[in-house]
Amino acid sequence: MTFVPLIGAAAMMVVPRAQETLHKGIALITSLVAVGLGVAVIGAFDFDQAKSMQLVVDKSWIEVINSRFIMGIDGLSMPLLLLTLFIVPLVLIYSWNHIPSPGNAKAFLILILILETGMIGSFVSQDLILFFVFFEVVLLPMYFMIGVWGGEQRQYASIKFFLFTLFGSALMILSFIALFFLVKGADGQALNTFDMAKLSEAGGAGIAKTTGLVIFGGLFVGFGIKVPMFPFHTWLPDAHTQAPTQGSVILAAVLLKLGTYGFVRIAIPMLPEAAHSWAPVIAILATIGIIYGALGCLAQTDFKRLIAFSSVAHMGYVMLGISTLTSYGINAAVFGMVAHGLITGMLFFIAGSVKDRFHTLEIKRLGGLLLQTPKLGWILGFCTMASLGLPGLAGFWGEFPAILSAYQPADGLSVALFRTCMVIAAIGTVLAAGYLLWLFQRVAFGRPSEEFENDSSIHDVVATEWIAWAPILFLILLFGFLPGIIFNVTNPAVSAIAAAAQLVGG
Amino acid sequence: MSALLATAGGWTAPTLDFHALAPEIVLLGTIVVLIIADVVLLERAKPIISALAGIGLLGSLVPIITLTVSDSGTREMFDGGYVVDSSALLLKAFFVITGYVVVLLSTNYVAEGDYWESEYYTLTMCSILGMIVMASSRDLIGIFVSLELLSIPAYMLAGWRKRDVRSSEAGLKYYLMGVFATGIMLYGMSLLYGVGGTTDLAGIGTAISGENSEVITLAVIFTIIGFGFKVSAVPFHTWAPDTYEGAPTPVTAFLAVASKAAGFVALINLVYYCFLGRSNVVAPLMFVLSALSMTVGNLIALRQTNVVRMLAYSGIAQAGYILAPFVVADQVPSGLSSIVVYLVIYGAMNLGAFAVVIAVARKTRSAEIDSMRGLFQFAPGLTVAMTVFLASLIGIPPLGGWYAKFGIMKALIDGATGWAYALVVILAVNTVVAATYYLRIARVMWFEDAPDGDIAPVKVPASLVTAMAICVVATLIFGVFPGLLADAASVALGG
Repeated sequence: MTFVPLIGAAAMMVVPRAQETLHKGIALITSLVAVGLGVAVIGAFDFDQAKSMQLVVDKSWIEVINSRFIMGIDGLSMPLLLLTLFIVPLVLIYSWNHIPSPGNAKAFLILILILETGMIGSFVSQDLILFFVFFEVVLLPMYFMIGVWGGEQRQYASIKFFLFTLFGSALMILSFIALFFLVKGADGQALNTFDMAKLSEAGGAGIAKTTGLVIFGGLFVGFGIKVPMFPFHTWLPDAHTQAPTQGSVILAAVLLKLGTYGFVRIAIPMLPEAAHSWAPVIAILATIGIIYGALGCLAQTDFKRLIAFSSVAHMGYVMLGISTLTSYGINAAVFGMVAHGLITGMLFFIAGSVKDRFHTLEIKRLGGLLLQTPKLGWILGFCTMASLGLPGLAGFWGEFPAILSAYQPADGLSVALFRTCMVIAAIGTVLAAGYLLWLFQRVAFGRPSEEFENDSSIHDVVATEWIAWAPILFLILLFGFLPGIIFNVTNPAVSAIAAAAQLVGG
Repeated sequence: MSALLATAGGWTAPTLDFHALAPEIVLLGTIVVLIIADVVLLERAKPIISALAGIGLLGSLVPIITLTVSDSGTREMFDGGYVVDSSALLLKAFFVITGYVVVLLSTNYVAEGDYWESEYYTLTMCSILGMIVMASSRDLIGIFVSLELLSIPAYMLAGWRKRDVRSSEAGLKYYLMGVFATGIMLYGMSLLYGVGGTTDLAGIGTAISGENSEVITLAVIFTIIGFGFKVSAVPFHTWAPDTYEGAPTPVTAFLAVASKAAGFVALINLVYYCFLGRSNVVAPLMFVLSALSMTVGNLIALRQTNVVRMLAYSGIAQAGYILAPFVVADQVPSGLSSIVVYLVIYGAMNLGAFAVVIAVARKTRSAEIDSMRGLFQFAPGLTVAMTVFLASLIGIPPLGGWYAKFGIMKALIDGATGWAYALVVILAVNTVVAATYYLRIARVMWFEDAPDGDIAPVKVPASLVTAMAICVVATLIFGVFPGLLADAASVALGG
């Protein structure tokens, strides 16, 4: 399944550039085939056993370094995998008549498909090196996407994105190799493996405390940049603002999750002891991220940049949930990832459409969306409500339990500290309501500004947009009412991870 | 020497294993054929001469393959002075294929540039012969002779565009620096011989590992420094950028890949078969050379405006990476395989990059980075190929470069010494610095518009396309299935 998009991309390479519709068709079909396979995976997946890896493929790959081609799915990867499969076709549908300038649908769509391969691969890899390979595959297409199809500051934004992430990956791979050599099995021998399951099982046995802290530090920087956590977040607003709509959506919906997924899948189970020592740091930085992101939002004059900063804040909640090391918190975090992926992805879609119509994202110049394009305005309203965590919509179930979980962190962690973080994070939600409602008010209420008032070319939501958006809106609502759909899948796998972390801490 | 030994009495002629020597013999035969063709056919030889050279190189691959398959284990000659084992065979195959790609790169360049064609190929072949001899040499004499055999033709090739002042500068600078380095190295070797009483590397190794004297330290340092020039490690790198820029570009590719790799092969032979007992000298020296090379090389590369010069400095930085496993040669003998793997992948991606530069220069007549502006608009194929090579150089999976770097990092961390940990962090930071200038080329090619809106396509001759195809395929295959290469390299080292 991972490689389906690549086949599509290969097919598109041989089709001449002029036949744009054909390209769009192939890309869409490819991604739909991937969705089909995803549905088949759901069918084959035994939800009673969501705790353990299923549908495992295990083949020899690079024998010399004992790295194997292992792929598998458990309750933790499942929602994120489906999120990826779900978002990509919608992005492609949106692209049907929204290929950003300077055109060249062929290259653009090929890049999206390569991105999809990288993302899916990262979520299903069960070998550190394989994970690393897919993790990195994502970099280059994103770089080109921002650099070629981005806004005015695109060159600066793309290189900043690339260098930040590359720096993180360099430290990450060093940590991986250190794990390879240092983790010891039950018999006291070094494991010398990159197999995630075996490494998690060993739980960092045989690593001295300080060494573990350093290795975790490497992983922390690697994943933290991707998330992005404060203070590594500075690439994000630039990248988001400059990226084309499709790039922003994929970036927000899926790429950021690679970082948080890495924490839950790799950093915490493999080094539970170090995770305990780092947890307060993560919690503090996450809380700073929440407040900083919110304040950043209040200061923004650009629609897209504001959403980007709100991402920093939302990922702060996710990280806060993770830092509690409790199954409650991590469950909330995984839910938060999915919810954020849907809601923020949707907000970026809207931003893209607003830009299409008004050719600006200056909040000051916009206004009266509800009068001029009522449907678009109401969708924006819906998404801002979801984003600020209104109960009944998906955002609530990511944010609220994450805050609650900080009330009772895992044994051994400072309760006082986490409760302080909890209070501050709760204040963050008020700020979130503030900036989102204020945004909505400025953009949607009032009268359209004079320059656009009589512009008849501004039209409401069109068919391709409806097709791309309706499923997302539906899911936001569905997960809002029935959060159990996700929690039930993730809980077994997450509990196992949290239990391992508890064991060490207690 | 044989006369000397004969007078000593009891001398028996060494047994020659002709199968083991077959690759060298085929190459030598090709060189003779080239010379005869030139003498007999004169001008008429021109169209066929490069084809002959290519066929000769491919021909010498045949015995290399049969030797690999023959499974008779290691073949030794001349009392262990000339060894044909699987690691030597891997390197020989690498040198021969590199040589073949260089011939492909040269075909149109030399023919259209009105150079001395048959001499050009004859000299190139001589140099390649020196390299494959180097791969087997386990003896000071053998190392020295093969080094000269591969260097002297290269000095001439660097100055091949003799009406061009910069090419003459390139040749002269390379020659003077090379001779100077050889002098230092030879002095070191003479000290080694004085201490060890033999030219055999293993014998010297035993002799020098026992005691610790200043003479030995000096000998080791001098010998390594001599090769430091050859692999253009900082601070012995100053010749490289000027020589690379001035020399004809195919020759530059040859120097940057094959000649440098040969220098590393010599270092491998010396360090891993001889100096292991003296790692108290080797490790700090290599640490300094390695850390300086990668840092200085990358920082200067940031400021280059010429692609070839940039590749030269990137080559210096990569020499730094390749030197890194030598720091832990004592603790991690298997680090040797990471060096070999890096060399092969380095060869593929750099030759490929040079091939693209040569192809683009056919239209723009320039190797300035600015001349590649908007390349995507008029040569999308070349752009994609170049992007593959650049991404591989940065180290993005699934292209070969990532595994090359990974192997080196792994060897260093395995070494688990303070030096190694320090070096691996320096290496990681350098990777990011390097990405900046590689991406600059990518940016210029993809994001900017062609100068003057000139989007006439570039005509790329078939030989260049073949060369690029070989490099792209190698870069991809070794990236997706690094096992192929890594297994071969580690089997070659006896597991």
